[in-house]
Amino acid sequence: MNMRHRNSAWLIALTVFGSAGYLLLADCDPRLLEIVGLSLFVSLSALCIGTLLGLPLGAWLAVSRFPGRTALVVALNALMGLPSVVVGVLVYLALSRSGPLGSFGLLYSPTAMVIAQSALVLPLIAAVARQIIEDAWQEYAPEFSLIGIGRLHAVGLLLADCRFSLTVATLAGLGRAMSEVGAVMIVGGNIEGYTRVMTTAIALETSKGDLALSILLGCVLMTIILGLNVIAHALRTWASRRYG
Amino acid sequence: MFPLRISGLCCQPNGRIVLDGLDLELSGEGISVILGANGSGKTLLLRLLAGLLPADGGTIRWGGAARPDGRLAMVFQQPMMLRLSVHANVEFALHPQGLSAAERNARTNHVLARVGLAHRAGDCARLLSGGERQRLALARAWAMRPRLLLLDEPTASLDPSATEAVERIIREIRTDGAKILMSTHNLGQATRLADDVVFLADGRVQEHESAQRFFARPQSAAARAFMQGELPWRIAFDH
Ligand SMILES: Nc1ncnc2c1ncn2[C@@H]1O[C@H](COP(=O)(O)OP(=O)(O)O)[C@@H](O)[C@H]1O
Ligand SMILES: [Mg+2]
Repeated sequence: MNMRHRNSAWLIALTVFGSAGYLLLADCDPRLLEIVGLSLFVSLSALCIGTLLGLPLGAWLAVSRFPGRTALVVALNALMGLPSVVVGVLVYLALSRSGPLGSFGLLYSPTAMVIAQSALVLPLIAAVARQIIEDAWQEYAPEFSLIGIGRLHAVGLLLADCRFSLTVATLAGLGRAMSEVGAVMIVGGNIEGYTRVMTTAIALETSKGDLALSILLGCVLMTIILGLNVIAHALRTWASRRYG
Repeated sequence: MFPLRISGLCCQPNGRIVLDGLDLELSGEGISVILGANGSGKTLLLRLLAGLLPADGGTIRWGGAARPDGRLAMVFQQPMMLRLSVHANVEFALHPQGLSAAERNARTNHVLARVGLAHRAGDCARLLSGGERQRLALARAWAMRPRLLLLDEPTASLDPSATEAVERIIREIRTDGAKILMSTHNLGQATRLADDVVFLADGRVQEHESAQRFFARPQSAAARAFMQGELPWRIAFDH
């Protein structure tokens, strides 16, 4: 085991024990576990949707040339900074009784929260992926064109080629989803035992004056985000050493 | 597709004249070597022939037609290596030819064996050495079964044994029936491979001769100067 491996191993161990410790500290309060579980479910679901749609979208934008493309790229980059409350309001409008999707009755449900967070992370993932893949594309374009690689095939090859760098895009999306509070608050409603997640619980407990619980939840949240990043980093380091 | 006739070809990337009314005619057989100093426009000429950039003047006729009707492949000086396996780096290039998966796989394995990379088929291409990369790039081009293969300084940064392996592969590709047009600034390589030599200087073809005649007695002053500049170096290191 070399130094870097050992460091990663330490960080993983620390993270795992850290989270376990926090949960024990809370005496395994089932409500706390529920909140943490829902947070993970909502954010990871949104991340999956955002990744599955965002990566191909970014890749397609990277290899396409059409009028208005630059405007689209700029708009996409701007969407990275989209305030989560704005997304919350937009999704709220779409899902409310009188909105276009009102008939599904999704407002104030975990599904609504997944939709809102997906809308939040998709542009972020697509924008970062677009930049990464466009850089690779610049390098490969002459040979691809000589070989006669079609656009769709190029998108597939570039996604495969850049898979390790693209973890950055996914991690950025994960961080955004896990840490945002505005959108899930608006479309989820912070209903105890149903749509309450870590960020909305922190906001609520703080306003009620229960700072201890807020801080505890904040620590759990940070530990989870750090842990997922450590795992992703370790995987990436291992993979890039193996695949060059 | 042949004869390939280039007449009055001009190219001035970013306003600087590099090719200045270049004329050249190439037959469809053998290995033609473009010889010229660094910066003489060898790469630019190959890229123009590959259609990667437009010329600023002149014409290129492929057996009378404006476009080649046979397949054309090119190996760049620094070939592209996808972060995928060696096998995948050949196989993807066969997709546009509409072959079945089994055919693609068979052809890939065949060329990898012929360039001596069969045992590395599963390794990541980015981990190959310089010589192995060049062989992989040649395998990729070879698998496409081109009628014309353009090679840009295929051994520019390789050691002698890697160079020899690459030169052997180039001869085999020619034997398979491809016309080869390659650039080099290495006189020794030109003597080993060339059937005919195209000497490029000052934006034009100064001389186009059979290799035998070119090396026996270069006609142009520029070629003589180039060979005099190179020869002492070559004698010092080759013997
Ligand atoms: N895209 C380009 N833009 C500007 N200058 C270029 C470009 N391509 C080539 N050149 C110039 O053209 C000259 C010939 O380049 P090149 O064909 O690469 O030479 P060689 O391959 O013979 O060493 C060089 O001086 C180079 O700087
Ligand atoms: Mg060159």
